[in-house]
Amino acid sequence: MESIVAHENDLNLKATELRLGLPGTDESEKESASCTKNNKRSLPECAEESAKNDDLDAQHGDCEAAPAAKAQIVGWPPVRSYRKNSLQQKKAEAETGFYVKVSMDGAPYLRKIDLKVYKGYPELLKALEYMFKLTIGEYSEREGYRGSEYAPAYEDKDGDLMLVGDVPWEMFMSSCKKLRIMKGSEARGLGCGV
Amino acid sequence: MNQLWKMDPNIKKTKNSADSANYPEAIQSPSQFPDEVLEKVLSMLHSHKDRSSVSLVCKDWYNAERWSRTKIFIGNCYSVSPEIVARRFPRIKSVTLKGKPRFSDFNLVPQNWGANIHDWLVMFAKVYPLLEELRLKRMTVSDESLEFLAMSFPGFKALSLLSCDGFSTDGLKSIATHCKKLTELDIQENGIDDVSGSWLSAFPDNFTSLEILNFASLNSEVSFDALERLVSRCKSLKVLKVNKGIGLDQLQRLLVRAPQLMELGTGSFQQELMFRHCMELENAFRNCKNLQILAGLWDASYVYLHVLYPACSSLTFLNLSYATLRSDEFTKLIAHCPNLRCLWVLDTVEDKGLEAVGSCCPLLEEIRVFPAHPFDQDINHGVTESGFLAVSHGCRKLHYVLYFCQQMTNAAVATIVQNCPDFTHFRLCIMNPGQPDYLTDEPMDEAFGAVVKTCTKLQRLAVSGLLTDLTFEYIGKYAKNLETLSVAFAGRSDWGMQCVLGGCPKLRKLEIRDCPFGNAALLSGLKKYESMRSLWMSACNVTMNGCRLLAKEMPRLNVEVMKDEEDDSHVDKVYVYRSVAGPRRDAPPFVLTL
Repeated sequence: MESIVAHENDLNLKATELRLGLPGTDESEKESASCTKNNKRSLPECAEESAKNDDLDAQHGDCEAAPAAKAQIVGWPPVRSYRKNSLQQKKAEAETGFYVKVSMDGAPYLRKIDLKVYKGYPELLKALEYMFKLTIGEYSEREGYRGSEYAPAYEDKDGDLMLVGDVPWEMFMSSCKKLRIMKGSEARGLGCGV
Repeated sequence: MNQLWKMDPNIKKTKNSADSANYPEAIQSPSQFPDEVLEKVLSMLHSHKDRSSVSLVCKDWYNAERWSRTKIFIGNCYSVSPEIVARRFPRIKSVTLKGKPRFSDFNLVPQNWGANIHDWLVMFAKVYPLLEELRLKRMTVSDESLEFLAMSFPGFKALSLLSCDGFSTDGLKSIATHCKKLTELDIQENGIDDVSGSWLSAFPDNFTSLEILNFASLNSEVSFDALERLVSRCKSLKVLKVNKGIGLDQLQRLLVRAPQLMELGTGSFQQELMFRHCMELENAFRNCKNLQILAGLWDASYVYLHVLYPACSSLTFLNLSYATLRSDEFTKLIAHCPNLRCLWVLDTVEDKGLEAVGSCCPLLEEIRVFPAHPFDQDINHGVTESGFLAVSHGCRKLHYVLYFCQQMTNAAVATIVQNCPDFTHFRLCIMNPGQPDYLTDEPMDEAFGAVVKTCTKLQRLAVSGLLTDLTFEYIGKYAKNLETLSVAFAGRSDWGMQCVLGGCPKLRKLEIRDCPFGNAALLSGLKKYESMRSLWMSACNVTMNGCRLLAKEMPRLNVEVMKDEEDDSHVDKVYVYRSVAGPRRDAPPFVLTL
């Protein structure tokens, strides 16, 4: 194979070596030849970037010194620092999760769930049913939640108690401060439209 | 280039046309025109390439050209000195200067490398007191320099800083405070100290001349009240790009004050709005009849994108590269934008999103697809060859592409350039270095071979993936119009680089990193580098001896080396560029000029 012959003569083999493995495997070994020199520069530069962007906590995640699964190559892929920092900030936000408290009337202690995990209302309600061992019932705009004693409610940014399900999912995500599973007559009061 | 040395820049221009009549034997001047006429004709030339050609015709034309030039473009600030520029061009009003090598954008150039604007400003203050415009890219600019600028040029109008560093928002405060005739303030993607947003409040109350304001990449919050008043009183404002701190309700108020805008960069697009406010915002967009360019849209929540729809049909450029839209969300939006010429997106829109582009945007000429997770090796994200194919199918006028992807095939690229043979800029970044065609496991040589064979107008090329020397044979042989070439993790031997340097007659910029090219390759370009702007090589196999030899043979080139920390003979980075100013005197200790 051509690559074996080239292997002998070339100095920078790893980067250009033909492999049958999936791209992305064998990364750290692959990069060691071309990257040992590059990595030396990375630490001071990471420090400089951190100094310049104090508000970005995600810097640590990007530094080659961190125990990342894959050794990163300096300046690759060729994405400008400004864009890189913007994306890292977003990623950091995405990774932190969006935990809200969930209380149920009568329960001794509260629970917490990560709203980011769910793609929409059906999944969220199923998770609540599972967590609290109850049934929530069918949502309708007119009737709220029919068919059970329970109604899921949430407190929004203004402090108002709202019924879960009225607004689009993303809007709910951005305004929900905490969840409350209401029970009994109180629940019916909330569920029945005026 | 050689003839320039024969021109004496100190020849005084003779305004007296009688001179040419008195000296009829001065037949060396083919021009029969009096100087004023020649100058008048030449003043209509705007392209700096044309002006360069004109100046080489003869001494008379050289002189007429230098007196009529008002705009100067310096692609490498070290290729010439402030003194030389001042001597040659007496009437400059607009200066564009580029500094550091492009790879400094990716942290490959250490801090304090140079490209400081200050000495230039000092000279300009002396020679060009009427300076109006300054456009800088990859230069180091301090707050002191900005203050000096603001105080030295009473007629100063336009400041554009792209990818610069060294200043803070305090420097911007000086500009806002003192530049009474400012029409343009364009601050983009700079590595700066964002102290506070108070600079915006420094524009005086009677200041009304602003036409272009771009502070999208600054993070600190500005006073919305000050911004609203500024926008209200600047009736000629055409371009407004705000930062993330500006929310949707504030955006609505700004649009109501400036319905004449042609270019808008929104702030954060994720605020919770009541229905009524949504309608108001949608109406505000409806009233912006001249809106052609839209950008910003940070954290764009799909919920609010519909407010843009009334403005979408007239859009020619849509920049969604900071909006993490999914394919379904994006598809609905793009359906409203049939007149797009230029689109920048994140790869979160995926191949499906790009298929929608192919269907909806037949006039598209430029597309840039940026990676949302460039450091994430999960192959299930992002775009593949099929997205690119889909765009090329539907958008036959495509001539500019920047595409970051996780996988590509030779066959796909061959089809793409068949569909779109008019590419002038083809920048493909397969993000995993040295990755082969994922279907055939072969190198990507044939892909780029197809590009250079088919796209005869190609000016700029960036290659990636697993590449042997064959790619470079193709490039050297076929890329007759190629001016800029970017290479990373590619090639097998010196031969590759030799092919490029031996072919490509119009090559101006060559930047190479992590390739097995050594001294033989470097030295094969001896004769060529003087016709190029610059060469960058980092993490290759070049040694000090090779660089020294190059420097010795070509005294008019500056050969700057950044040594390897461990190995004294090995060269980590070498930057070679032509210069009429000699070696630079401001090189930091880690840069060795040979």
